[in-house]
Amino acid sequence: MTVHDHDHDHGDGPTRRKVLECMTWAGTGVLWTISGGVPHSLGLVDEANAAEAKGLTFLQISDSHMGFDKPANPNAKGTLEEAIGRIKAIPKKPAFMIHTGDITHLSKVSEFDDADQIISQAKLDVHYVPGEHDIIDPEIKIYKERYSRGTKGSGYYSFDANGVHFLGLVNVANLKGGGMGSLGDEQLEWIEADLKGRSASTPIVVLAHIPLWTVYPQWGWGTEDSARALGYMKRFGSVTVLNGHIHQVMQKVEGNVTFHTARSTAFPQPAPGSAPSAGPMKVADDKLRTMLGTASVTFKRGDKQLAIIDTPLKS
Amino acid sequence: MTFVKILAQGAIALLVAVVTASAVQAANFEVKIDNFTFNAQQVTVKAGDTVTWINHDDIPHTVTSTIMAFRSKAMDTDDKFSFTFTTPGSYAYFCSLHPHMTGTIVVEAAGK
Repeated sequence: MTVHDHDHDHGDGPTRRKVLECMTWAGTGVLWTISGGVPHSLGLVDEANAAEAKGLTFLQISDSHMGFDKPANPNAKGTLEEAIGRIKAIPKKPAFMIHTGDITHLSKVSEFDDADQIISQAKLDVHYVPGEHDIIDPEIKIYKERYSRGTKGSGYYSFDANGVHFLGLVNVANLKGGGMGSLGDEQLEWIEADLKGRSASTPIVVLAHIPLWTVYPQWGWGTEDSARALGYMKRFGSVTVLNGHIHQVMQKVEGNVTFHTARSTAFPQPAPGSAPSAGPMKVADDKLRTMLGTASVTFKRGDKQLAIIDTPLKS
Repeated sequence: MTFVKILAQGAIALLVAVVTASAVQAANFEVKIDNFTFNAQQVTVKAGDTVTWINHDDIPHTVTSTIMAFRSKAMDTDDKFSFTFTTPGSYAYFCSLHPHMTGTIVVEAAGK
């Protein structure tokens, strides 16, 4: 789902009306509900509707890439500030925030400092999982020092909130040549043990950077051993997987599992296979903010599925 | 043909031979990283030759040997990494950030 699909440019540049159409389409969040395993759009909603949602609400931000300064967005710091500004303005304070990785572009101390300084202004607890850009330094020292306290192995963990069980997974470490994202045996065994003994009615939410379903293997957009992890979750009535990495909104439902990827706050990436590579996509300046944004996730007690609302920075 | 001309031609031939010989001893090869691809994907060199990778993408990449024979730091846009191959063999490598990116350097014995 990208604005790209709505670009009816025939070489003479989009007309003003077409640009406005695109902005209207992309500028409004879509509220999803799911019955019988099929997602239904309840229609376009704005932030006011989102604020009325009852139950546990948390926010997802992703791929802030502090330090990125290339043409696709020379000011990634500015757009993260805008995203946090919008989060601060939400009338009903979310319970907490999750960040699904690529906090920084090059794992530099100054980039982590910038991210912390901006994200902390939301005054929310933040649960992080690393992206491949956060563990570039040889010993993964900086990420571990800042975000991995009390975690296992390469930095995975679990926690509970309002009866929902959350798993924060790492699928960007120790990747093998020719492969995609990977969880590894040690983490898979931990997932099995962590879920053992939990009631099948416990809603499960999984956070990981690279999608846990195969979006596009040609670009490495998938996790090669995710089937084993999802196998351990089969008996649970509601599983929601929240990812980043691909810098665009995508959703898929498979049985009891809803997969969802969030927008980046830094730069958009092309739809799978629509460009020579997955590199940052340069769009018109006035279009950029319609392709960046955050997601709000609401869990209502008694509901099997979580409502996810994606909100771009500019509507 | 005068004796001087023959002498001059001989000198040029000798010069060419020397240049060629030194090139064989230590040549430089370049692998470009464009659109999440190593180009050329396979490069054949002789022992003693140096390969330089240069990243033309807006995203950082690494050059990581599958057997850890060599490993670059993350290379940002226009960053380079060089490695001199001394031992013949086939060296598979990949980008540790985007492991679907793969390449091979084939190193032949020097002087062949």
